[in-house]
Amino acid sequence: MTDFSALSLTDVLAGLEAKDFTAVELAEATVSAAEAAQPALNAFTVIDGARAVDMARASDARRAKGEAGVLDGAPIAIKDLFAVKGVTTTASSNILKGFEPTYESSVTQNLWDAGAVFFAKTSMDEFAMGSSNETANTGPVINPWRAEGSDENLVPGGSSGGSASALAAGISYGATGTDTGGSIRQPAAFTGLVGVKPTYGRCSRWGVVAFASSLDHPGPFAKTVKDSALLTQVMASHDPKDSTSYPGEVPNWVEAVGKSVKGLKIGVPKEYRMDGMPGEIETLWSKGAEWLRAAGAEVVDISLPMTKYALPAYYIIAPAEASSNLARYDGMRYGARVEGEDLIDTYEKTRAAGFGKEVQRRILIGTYVLSAGYYDAYYLKALKVRRKILEDFERAFAQVDAILTPTTPSAAFGIGSKAKADPIEMYLNDIFTVTANIAGVPAMSVPAGLDASGLPLGLQVITKALDEATMFTVAGAIEDAAGFKAKPKRWW
Amino acid sequence: MPLDDTDHTYRIPGATGDWEIVVGLEVHAQVKSKAKLFSGAATEFGAEPNTQVSLVDVAMPGMLPVINEMCVAQAVRTGLGLNAQINAFSRFDRKNYFYPDLPQGYQISQFKHPIVGEGEIECERDDGSRFIVGIERLHLEQDAGKSIHDLDPNATYVDLNRSGVALMEIVSRPHVRSPGDAAAYVRTLRTILRYLDTCGGDMEKGQLRADVNVSVCKPGAYEKFMETGSFEHLGTRCEIKNVNSLRFIQQAIEYEAQRQIDIIEDGGKIDQETRLFDANTGVTRSMRSKEEAHDYRYFPDPDLLPLELEDSFIADIKAKLPELPSGKRKRFIEQLGLSEYDASVLTADKDRADYFEAVLAGGADAKLVANWVNNELFGRLNKESLPITESPVSADQLAGIVGQIADGSISGKIGKQVFEIVWEEGGDPREIVESRGLKQVSDTGAIEKVVDELIAANPEQAAQVKDKPKTMGWFVGQVMKAMQGKANPQAVNEILQKKLLG
Repeated sequence: MTDFSALSLTDVLAGLEAKDFTAVELAEATVSAAEAAQPALNAFTVIDGARAVDMARASDARRAKGEAGVLDGAPIAIKDLFAVKGVTTTASSNILKGFEPTYESSVTQNLWDAGAVFFAKTSMDEFAMGSSNETANTGPVINPWRAEGSDENLVPGGSSGGSASALAAGISYGATGTDTGGSIRQPAAFTGLVGVKPTYGRCSRWGVVAFASSLDHPGPFAKTVKDSALLTQVMASHDPKDSTSYPGEVPNWVEAVGKSVKGLKIGVPKEYRMDGMPGEIETLWSKGAEWLRAAGAEVVDISLPMTKYALPAYYIIAPAEASSNLARYDGMRYGARVEGEDLIDTYEKTRAAGFGKEVQRRILIGTYVLSAGYYDAYYLKALKVRRKILEDFERAFAQVDAILTPTTPSAAFGIGSKAKADPIEMYLNDIFTVTANIAGVPAMSVPAGLDASGLPLGLQVITKALDEATMFTVAGAIEDAAGFKAKPKRWW
Repeated sequence: MPLDDTDHTYRIPGATGDWEIVVGLEVHAQVKSKAKLFSGAATEFGAEPNTQVSLVDVAMPGMLPVINEMCVAQAVRTGLGLNAQINAFSRFDRKNYFYPDLPQGYQISQFKHPIVGEGEIECERDDGSRFIVGIERLHLEQDAGKSIHDLDPNATYVDLNRSGVALMEIVSRPHVRSPGDAAAYVRTLRTILRYLDTCGGDMEKGQLRADVNVSVCKPGAYEKFMETGSFEHLGTRCEIKNVNSLRFIQQAIEYEAQRQIDIIEDGGKIDQETRLFDANTGVTRSMRSKEEAHDYRYFPDPDLLPLELEDSFIADIKAKLPELPSGKRKRFIEQLGLSEYDASVLTADKDRADYFEAVLAGGADAKLVANWVNNELFGRLNKESLPITESPVSADQLAGIVGQIADGSISGKIGKQVFEIVWEEGGDPREIVESRGLKQVSDTGAIEKVVDELIAANPEQAAQVKDKPKTMGWFVGQVMKAMQGKANPQAVNEILQKKLLG
């Protein structure tokens, strides 16, 4: 039997088309692998073998009739933030325990319409708030990667940690994530995967449990840049049900992968050079620039002076929106409810029991920064910073075609090593990724190498709004030059 | 802001001399539209609880609002009807608070950037005098659902049918100076909304509700406020929430003004607070103080783009704007020659005006039509407590009656008889006149014959007429009686004059 775990999305689609195996075989193998890995990795919140086989059977029938879609038969893991009709959708929170939506998110609908096969929902930081996937109500997700010679469990990053862990473990061929401050790119970097956050509005937010509406970006995880381009292309669409959805056409991004970077101008922002950043990351970054130069691109130094204000602004805007978005979880209509003495008591008990510590912290921060007397000093000022960051990027993209940075300031860290520390330390994980969320510009992480202990590191490519094509081209060039083929050694 | 010289100042005598009141109103008008403001759910009144609720209205996870363009057009239309500034840029904010009938945990409203800015409307009092009230703004917002507390002693039920229905909040300047003027303002506003067809205006169905802000001050203070725009000249206001009839608005203001005066004259001071009017007892009671007021944490709704209106969108609506009551009234006076009174009565309600114009289309003289609509028809409708929309005599039928009077086919008196027949039995007035032989006799020969007979039979009375011309009326009555009222009264008069005086 084929070792499916080593295959990319492009590989399995070719195998299905060549009739090397059927979609049902692939689905069954995927479900078995998921079930086998679950005790060790804890990556899934739901594994639905029956639905997977049903969908795979329908896929095989379509392919037999010559009606296969572009993803037909490929199993795709779905972050638990996306509503999948009739499947428990909880955002990894107790407050949504047992919630079964009667509707399908637009992004997942696009995937099923292209023939993709649902087999599991993946764990995440509760309501997508976190950078380590340790705040899920079902416990931490474990990274399949371990440092050489160590058996310490590492975080997969977050918030889309379950999707990253599952895909890195060879269990799926693509996975959905959402990226509000780095929640796709950071876990992708921690698990040796490609992670894409397209332009704000490319992928509909309809049916995706909201964290921070103006910053939430659905996007894919993939094993290769080409796979990621294909998945982004399928997931993106204009959706009239999302008022912030981009109304233009979705270009063919797969074609952009493999194009030459010759003549492209790549900017290296000096503000991303941080004190205390491991030398390996600095080295890898220089290497990335060197690869692109060697491939014919021109690499120039640029400045994004507002970068240092991005994280503080993010931690005002995101909690502010979250405090309002999460108000609907009040125990009145669906989800968990803890009866109290009266209405207020019921609200308090329900929300105290339903939300974890990090979610509560962010609701409190958000409520505070929006309250009378603080609004101008915090929220309004953060919006001004947001405008300035956008201007930074506009200036930069008048000069360069793409920006190259590290994705994260470190490799994956140990479970519990940061969760107990000052929350700010955890927030610093997003330092290189939040700027793209604040500006809404496309950004992706490409695996570029291993650190001294054998853990994957990623480089980030950022381009101007709606220019995902250039982003995929540059990421493809890095992928080619890096020749990153490492896989986690199987221990689970 | 009186438009005439009459002093309409409302004064309340107190121990320390007279007091005046200052009132501003926030009227919540339900936008007439098939679907809600941000969801496709229906808005029909009276449906079974929780049957007009979409996934958005119930705030399911991941649901997003999408603006209903019809509601935007209605708001713009209303703004134009209020002679107000239309803001090409407006934005929706979230007003955050927890309540079971507010599923999202926030109401989407327009806080900082309303769709409509300053305007003004001319209002009319019962005595026909007029005054102007400034409009501060109009904004779009979602209605909440309905909490029902009286079905079960231990539980509250929630009906979300109203949740998400579009409302226009119309905020007036504090230009209203008496309880009666407050009612007149709301009545005028309702008339305008109904002319525009942007709100049903039915207060019993909750389509129109008012929050009433009341303060009291000493004579002269209001004038200082108007001069300077500084609220420091006015008293502390209290807001009476959700008053849902014109009568209650007046009662609530009367009670509230007196309450405030009593407190001040007893040496106390007014606390700014939100109060509720109890229609059963006629008193207002405290709902929450300023300290207990919610911090709504308004911020721009990130799920919605700012509302940017194209000039052509506004121009199109403007071009299709119907004639409004004040314009119609002016036209009725200037072009149709109606009296101010008749014009006011006819334009005070869109249905009345429509009815009048439909009768007028029959071709009869406007004054005659106005007379018939205002006196005969409205008198009869009032007696039977029927709205004009349920009149048993249709505009076509009334046109048939008035038309026959106008062309001399029947007398006014017979007209009333025909009106009565149509009211009770229905039918085509012309056919009724024909089939029942009610047609007026203008044939002078026939009338002369009757007159001659009468004179011959009553020679003494006939002789008297020369000395006492007023006694001719007796002969008129006798001729009419003999001819069952069908004689043309003008012809009768002429013939009698000729025969008796001539």
